[in-house]
Order: sequence, then C-alpha cells, then structure tokens
Amino acid sequence: MDGIIKILYDMSASMILPTTAAFVIAAIGLNVHFGFTGLLNMGQAGFMLIGAYGFAISIGAGLPFWAAFFIAIFAGIAFALILGIPTLQLRGDYLAIVTIAAAEIIRMVGRASILNDITGGSNGLTGESFRNPFAEMSLFGDGQTQILWFEFDNTGVNGWWSRAVTWFMVFLFAAIVWLLMRSPWGRVIKSIREDEDAVRSLGKNVFSFKMQSLVVGGVLGAIGGVMFILPTSLQPDAMGRNMTFLIWTAMLLGGAATIFGPILGSIVFFALRLMVQGTMRLIVPDAWMNIQQTEQFSWIMVGVALMLLVIFRPQGMIGNKKELNFNV
Amino acid sequence: MVHQPVLAVFARKWSRTFVAVIVGLLVATAWALTQPAAAFAADTAGPCVADSATGCFNGTIKGVGAGVKIVISGNGQEITAVTDADGKWNAAVTAAGSYTLTVDEASLPAGVTLKSEATQTRDITLGFNKGAVFTVNGGSDGGATDGGGTNGGNTEAATGFNWERLAQQSASGLRLGLLLALASIGLSLIYGTTGLSNFAHAEQVTLGGLLAYTFANQLGLNIFVATALVVLVTGFTGWLQDVVIWRPLRKKGLSLTQLIIVTIGLALALQYTFQMFYGARTVRIIMATPQTVDIGPVTFTIESLWAMGISIVVLGGVGFFLTRTRTGRATRAVSDNPALASASGIDVDRIIRIVWIMSAALAGLSGVMLGLVLNGISWQTGMQLLLLMFSAVTLGGLGTAFGALVGSLVIGMTVELSNMVLPGDFKYATALLLLIIILLVRPQGLFGRKERIG
Repeated sequence: MDGIIKILYDMSASMILPTTAAFVIAAIGLNVHFGFTGLLNMGQAGFMLIGAYGFAISIGAGLPFWAAFFIAIFAGIAFALILGIPTLQLRGDYLAIVTIAAAEIIRMVGRASILNDITGGSNGLTGESFRNPFAEMSLFGDGQTQILWFEFDNTGVNGWWSRAVTWFMVFLFAAIVWLLMRSPWGRVIKSIREDEDAVRSLGKNVFSFKMQSLVVGGVLGAIGGVMFILPTSLQPDAMGRNMTFLIWTAMLLGGAATIFGPILGSIVFFALRLMVQGTMRLIVPDAWMNIQQTEQFSWIMVGVALMLLVIFRPQGMIGNKKELNFNV
Repeated sequence: MVHQPVLAVFARKWSRTFVAVIVGLLVATAWALTQPAAAFAADTAGPCVADSATGCFNGTIKGVGAGVKIVISGNGQEITAVTDADGKWNAAVTAAGSYTLTVDEASLPAGVTLKSEATQTRDITLGFNKGAVFTVNGGSDGGATDGGGTNGGNTEAATGFNWERLAQQSASGLRLGLLLALASIGLSLIYGTTGLSNFAHAEQVTLGGLLAYTFANQLGLNIFVATALVVLVTGFTGWLQDVVIWRPLRKKGLSLTQLIIVTIGLALALQYTFQMFYGARTVRIIMATPQTVDIGPVTFTIESLWAMGISIVVLGGVGFFLTRTRTGRATRAVSDNPALASASGIDVDRIIRIVWIMSAALAGLSGVMLGLVLNGISWQTGMQLLLLMFSAVTLGGLGTAFGALVGSLVIGMTVELSNMVLPGDFKYATALLLLIIILLVRPQGLFGRKERIG
C-alpha cells in the first residue's frame, strides 16, 4: 500500500515540477515548429542545451541574470539561423537530419575535455554556479509552505519560487502562441503547413516565414533549457536525443497544432511514465529486471508509444486530425 | 522485351548470387578454421550509474587493455576498479567527499609504466561522475586502433602534423569510408525506392556488431562463421521490418513525415532494447590483442585489412547486382520512378522487400566490420555514425547507390583527416559542417538530380 501511495505522490509531484514546466516550454516551441508550421525539428533538445550553456556560462562570467537570459535567447536565435539557412528551402527531412545531428554535436562539443574550463566537460556545470541570481530575485522570502500535500521551500533549490515562475512562463508562452496563431502571421504559417506552393503563389516569402517560425520555436526551446537547469544542474547528457524524443512524444500525445496539447501531453506523459516505472518496480521482481533495466524498458516504451501514436492517433488527445497535414 | 514471369527470373538470377555467396563463405570458413578460435572472456562489471545515493569515478587508461586495478579509498570505503578491454574503468561510491585513487602498478601489463602520478586525490558529490586520468608509457595505443565511436570525456586525441600521421589518417579514412559505404548504400537505396529517410538504419549497424559479439565472443564461434550468421540474421530482420511495419504502413497510406517519426521511435526502442540485453558498455568481438601489419608508413590490424577487403568485394558485388542483374536494374528503375516502374510490370513491393533485406544485411555486415576495427561496439555505435551516413548519402545524392559510395569515401577521409588538427570529440562536428556546406552549395549532392530535393 505504501508503495502505491508513493507512486501517486510521485505522479502528482511530477505534475508541478519546475522541470516539467521547462519541458512544456520546449514542447510549446516544438509545437510552433511542427504543429503549426510543419517543420521536422528533431533537435529541440539542442536548442535547450545551447540556451542552457549560454545562460550558465554567462552567469559564470559574472553577468547579471537578465543579460545572461538574453544571451541564452540569442544563442537560440543563432542556432536556428545556422540550421535553417541551409535546410529550409529543401525537403523537410533535411531539416530533420541537420537538427538531429547539430543537437548531438552541441552535446559532444560541450562535453569535450578541451572545453573543461568553460562547459565543465562531461560533468557539466553545477547548479550553484549559476542559480543564485535567480534565487535572489525571489518574491517569496524564506521558510517553507505547504499547499495540499506538497511541502517545499519558498525559495530554495527546486522550491515554490521556481515552480511559480516556470509555470507562469508556460501560460504566458501558451497565450503568446495563441495570439500569434490568430494573427495574420499565424495564418500564413499554418497555410505553409497546408500547402507551401499555394502560399508562394500568393507572393509570400515562404523561406522567411519558415525561418521566423524556426526562430520563435527555437527561442522557446532555449528558454525551456534555461528553466530546466535552474532547479537542477547543467548536465549535457540530460539534454541529448532522448530529451528530443520525449518532447515529441509528449507533444504528439497531447495533440500537435493545439495550444494546450503540449501542456496536457507533457503532464500526462510524465505521470504515466512514473506510474509504469513505479508499478514495474513494485511488481516485477529484481531477478527479472533490475532498476537499470526498468529504466531501459521505460525508454523502449517511449519509442513504441511514439510509433503507435503517430500511426494510429497522430492528432493525440485533443488535436484535430484536419489540422495536421503531414506533408514533407 | 518479352515479359518473363518475374518470380522465375528472380529465382534464376538470385540462385547465382546465392551460390556465389555460399562459395565465398566456404572459402572464408576454410581459412578461418586454421585460425585460433576467439577466446571467451568474462564481462567486466556493468557501468556505474550516478544517482542520488551513488557517485561514480571513471576514466580511461589508454593502451593498457583489461585487468589494470585502481584502488579507490576514503570515507571508510575501499573499492577496486578494474579496466576493461578498452582501458575504461569505473567505480561506485556511496559517500561524498575526498578519495584517493591509486593505480596498482603491479597490475600493469609487462613493459608498461605509469607516466602520471600513481596516486591522485579527487572530491566527489553524490549523483555526479568524476573522471581521473592516468597515463602510461609503452601502452599499445597505436593509431590503427583509433577510430570513431569514442564517447568518453577523457579521451584526448594526439594532434600535430607529420607525414606519417597524414598517411596513417588517410588510410584510416579510407577504411572508415569503405565501412561507411556498406551501411550508407542501404540507406540510400531505401530512400530511393520508398522516399523514406530511415533514422533507424543505424540500429541495424549496431545490431550487426552486437550479434557478432554474441556469436563470436560469447558463443565462441569462428569469426567468419559468426559474420555469415550475422548477415543472415540482419537480412532477416530487414525482411521482418518490411513485412511487419513498413509494408502495412505503406498500404495504410501514412505520409512520409509520419513514417520518419515512426523510424525515430523505432530507433529509440531498438537502442534501449540493445542496452537491456548488452548493457551500456562497449563489448569487443574478438578479445585477443590485435596483430598489426606495417604497409609502408601505415600500420593496420589484420582485422582492418580483412574488413577493407571484404567491403571492397561486397561493394563490388552490390555494384554488379545493381547494374548487371535483372532485379538490380529493376531496383534502379523503382528508385528512379516507382510509378513508371510499376506500370512497366515491375513488382514494386517485391523490389522494396529485396531492398530492405539487402540494406539490413549490408548494414549488419558493416556493423561487424566496424566492431572489429573500432575495437568494440556498444548500443550507440550506430547512432553515432548516423550523421556520417546521412552526410555521405547527401553528398553523393540521396537515392543514388554509387553516390553513397563516393560520398562515404569522402566523408570517411574528411573525418579522419580532420582528426589531425582537431581533438577527437570534434570529428562529428566536421561532418556536420560538411553536410551544411553541401546543402548550401549543391543540395542534390554530387550525383543526385535536382527534382529530388523538393
């Protein structure tokens, strides 16, 4: 019984984790790419990682919080431009190839021993080295607060302050994307997804619009990366390919091309994953599968879930199939 | 041309190929029986995973091989880590704090001495990895065993220019290019016949290498028998994939974007399936220390020479198949224009099935060879090569088999030569840079046609 209560607690706690919120921000960015514009960005974790590095290294160099935050945003913009310029005029799968590779390379270069002094090599950067300016901005003061069955520090690592800020950002960005997609700009973006040639024949510069979309989503990815490392630490291996695939699965689960899809999808996805993992640890004896193997098994399930989702229910939980046009 | 029953033609043309393959295998087996069988070696301990209660010390002592002991003591704990075949070691501690790490010099191989201090002190925090670097004099870390797939943060490539190094790196580049070509031709053919960028193709490469480890190392089969088995099994998985996944999905009318995401999901699932069965460590197909041969200024292991020879023969065979046999010509026709090919009586589904079998088998073979020349194979070897394969295929022109060959050679060469001026960790970045330049300058690749790129 205790085990089940623990699983339920873990599930509910995961729903309000700041890292979940950071993940949602990146998923909203990916939704701008894929859901609304139809761009196959397979390296969203790379955007997160480059944002995270930009932020953490700037803080380490003594810059104030906002300067570092904008450097992270610029890093995301630059990354989007570098990847977009060669690929956005070509077929969709070129963007997929280049993004998947570039994200891996950011990670490999980041963990190269030659850059140890800057990026911390494969160990990454510890939270202490960059989180203080953010904690100092806290409006919540010291002490602990209990809401429902959750009790956390007001300000400390992984406390209510980072929860409040990241979830506020989630809803802010969701609102921004909602407004963007209702605007004329958003209508052009969506028509590019439906029929690129038709948009071109109306005299729109498709390349430029795609690039703008890539930048917008990439900046959201970079911000997601910054928020992701704030309550934890910067570990390059935590933001590898798997992270990208998680974001994809969560986004497709919730429903691409919807405003709430990425939010709902991420929350449900993490809760489900914890449930599967926790239950397996409870039920399956160690002799069959040890903890490492249950972890690996849950990754296999993510891969299979991604396949099944895209085959049988590409619109996800709340999406509209008509809104999804899978043209390459 | 009078249209013959396709199946009959297929059987006749393929029976010849099969006979050739079988004769080749017999010759190989005869040679191989005279060689000592690969010894079975015990596995080293699994990798340490840092979590909230564990910290991991790890490192690589290059050039010493398995069996060197490192004693880690402090905070009431004393743990002995032992290097694996690649000189990698790791150890888990359960208390944070300062530890002393001492290499047991008695456990070093004969003729090898420590270059660094024998004892180092390191602080560790739980939940983190901490590296410690020990270096040796007289290790067996020749350039010939250096290659792709390096992943650790502690590897430092020797840089600096001299002519011998240029020759050695060019030769390594040629070797990498040939092995890459085996894998990328399949990728290109699948793209050509179905339009699909198969992100799970690299997993076929990994599968090949890991199966070779099972057959040759764990079961102790002769390496050539093992290779033949691997080719058969991976070919079968290609057929299975087409029957179970890709054909039904084509019939269901899934768009290419959906299919690409399916391949990515499949790649993820396969990678972790490999990890479940083989762990996260690098395994070696042949445990014996590789023997080397000097050819002019270039040093190669025997395995490398065999791998290159086999690649050349197989690539020649594929070329022959594509240009001279009826099925091969049909394959190129489908690759060129599936609708027209179908209208002129080619069974497109059958061709696609053959392409899947062939691609998977070639990728598997490439995996075995890569595992042999790169000193081991792990669950992510293929994934790390995926970028190189895509770069090669794009450079040559997506969908063209011969483009893939040329592209692979160029990419292999570039990647290895860039190693002369850049640390090893950056060599994939070079390949990406190359890919971006190709896309900017000539997106259809060397041999591709413009209409393919959309």
